[in-house]
Amino acid sequence: MTAEQPPPKAEQAPKIVIVDESPIRAAILEEGLREAGYASVVRISEMHSLLARIYALDPDIIVIDLENPSRDILEQMFQVSRAVRRPIAMFVDQSDAASIQASVDAGVSAYIVDGLKKERIKSILDLCVFRFNAFAKLQDELDRTKMALEERKVIDRAKGILMKLKGLTEEEAYVLMRSTAMREKKKIGEIAQSILTASELLK
Amino acid sequence: MSGPLHIGFIPLVDAAALIIAVDKGFTAAEGLEVNLVREVSWSNVRDKLNIGLFEAAHLLAPVAIASSLGVGHVKVPIVAPFNLGINGNAITVSPALHAAIMAELDGDRFDPMATARALARVVAARRKSGADPLTFAMTFPFSTHNYQLRFWMAAGGVDPDEDVRLVVLPPPFMVESLKSGHVDGFCVGAPWNSIAVDHGVGHILHFVADILVHAAEKVLAIRQGWAEKNPEVVARLTRAAIRAAEFIEEPGNRAETARMLARPERIGVDAEVIQRTLDGRLKISPDGTIRGNSRYLLVGREGAGRPDPVQAAWLYSQMARWAQTEVSEEALKIAMAVFRSDLYDAALGTSGASTSATNRPFDAFDGPEFDPRDIAGYLASFKIFRQPI
Repeated sequence: MTAEQPPPKAEQAPKIVIVDESPIRAAILEEGLREAGYASVVRISEMHSLLARIYALDPDIIVIDLENPSRDILEQMFQVSRAVRRPIAMFVDQSDAASIQASVDAGVSAYIVDGLKKERIKSILDLCVFRFNAFAKLQDELDRTKMALEERKVIDRAKGILMKLKGLTEEEAYVLMRSTAMREKKKIGEIAQSILTASELLK
Repeated sequence: MSGPLHIGFIPLVDAAALIIAVDKGFTAAEGLEVNLVREVSWSNVRDKLNIGLFEAAHLLAPVAIASSLGVGHVKVPIVAPFNLGINGNAITVSPALHAAIMAELDGDRFDPMATARALARVVAARRKSGADPLTFAMTFPFSTHNYQLRFWMAAGGVDPDEDVRLVVLPPPFMVESLKSGHVDGFCVGAPWNSIAVDHGVGHILHFVADILVHAAEKVLAIRQGWAEKNPEVVARLTRAAIRAAEFIEEPGNRAETARMLARPERIGVDAEVIQRTLDGRLKISPDGTIRGNSRYLLVGREGAGRPDPVQAAWLYSQMARWAQTEVSEEALKIAMAVFRSDLYDAALGTSGASTSATNRPFDAFDGPEFDPRDIAGYLASFKIFRQPI
């Protein structure tokens, strides 16, 4: 008997390619993978000749976001072709419905070259799902902050109009809008917006 | 069944019956609430249908078959009670390739055998001069576009795997890739061929109707398990699609149809471009040449909506011809059973025998008559094919 075979190279340091047109999300994902000890991570954000670049990199795992139409290009890797050296499977396991559901919900998909240990793939995919969800949450918070800022601006402008037209102080203008909002069961932002609209119309 | 149905679609003109069914109120008239979800890739549509995020979808007919067979991906049986479109694709080539084919043409330019042979001569000349092989794009490995492009060029003696490069490209990237010279031609559905012509970067060489007279394109796909649990919903949805197709095919409704499809949240291109496809009058060259063909895209006419298992058998034969799967009686049966004319008939309360459009023969410009009972014999008559690995 010969000595025990060393694990295949992919088991030691699987090469991971991230295909994502969002550079921030890709960076968040890459950071997570590196923190988890996966040193070999390459990001692709340019979709031109995607397949050729992937073949040249020869990754063990490809992670792609679901908003990316180029996902269909990756499907070509399943096809019989001289360009493909190793078989590729999708997701962790075709029978693992929960993993598939979680990744589709998170908006990420993974293509995995055969030969990697299942647990290893699962932990990488879980990490991707976690980071994608974290990014979505960040994005959501950012959107809400932006909206709040917008609303702030609208309220300030409406206040200015009231102050000018009715000779109110800033405090009084705000109280007037707030009480109107409460009476009409609307948000103060909506009241402010209608003041702006009305003042546009009456100009 | 409670709550709205989630139905996925790709922004293409052959999603018309589905979009109009919802936007013109045919689904509401059937008591259905539908949330149409615009998707960016066929992989997404397939996966979301598979895992139940969608109850139904606008799907490439070969993907429905591949999914039912478990070829290329997870095995999830799909049924198609309605055929969303017959034909509708076209082959578009760059001005340079068009000129090269025309220079080699010996025969009518709309005769696919003449153009395929001309292409073979262009390919041979390029090889001799050491030029790169031509690159053609199609939309998905399991797509009518893939099979139609292969069927056409192989008839002229061009091996689609050896003599040219065949690549997958998402439809919205086709025009740009043709313009930049990354591809020399493509096969895609409407409106992308017309957009290439309008941009002056392509010539429509063939309508798919030149190659296959009557070819199933997209289906209304539903998971078999879900369809069996919700037969009443399937019947209503199918009926709504049938009514929508009737509406679309009424020439007086074409302009309204085109306007509804043109909305940004639906297909999102000019209504005029969409109407060309519905009318079958297409600008085929940047110089403004118009070519009419009443069979360019059929949505409901000539029994187009009723799924025909012979069509499924032909698509399966092409999967086998190009080594995506092997020929087996068992698999053929599964493939044919995806196209459920019985569900279509049940939705209308008719029986198959009373409809006029039953199993028309499959008609192509090359090869012997197609007989689903002898796929192996049919395939053996073609010189160019892939050996299964």
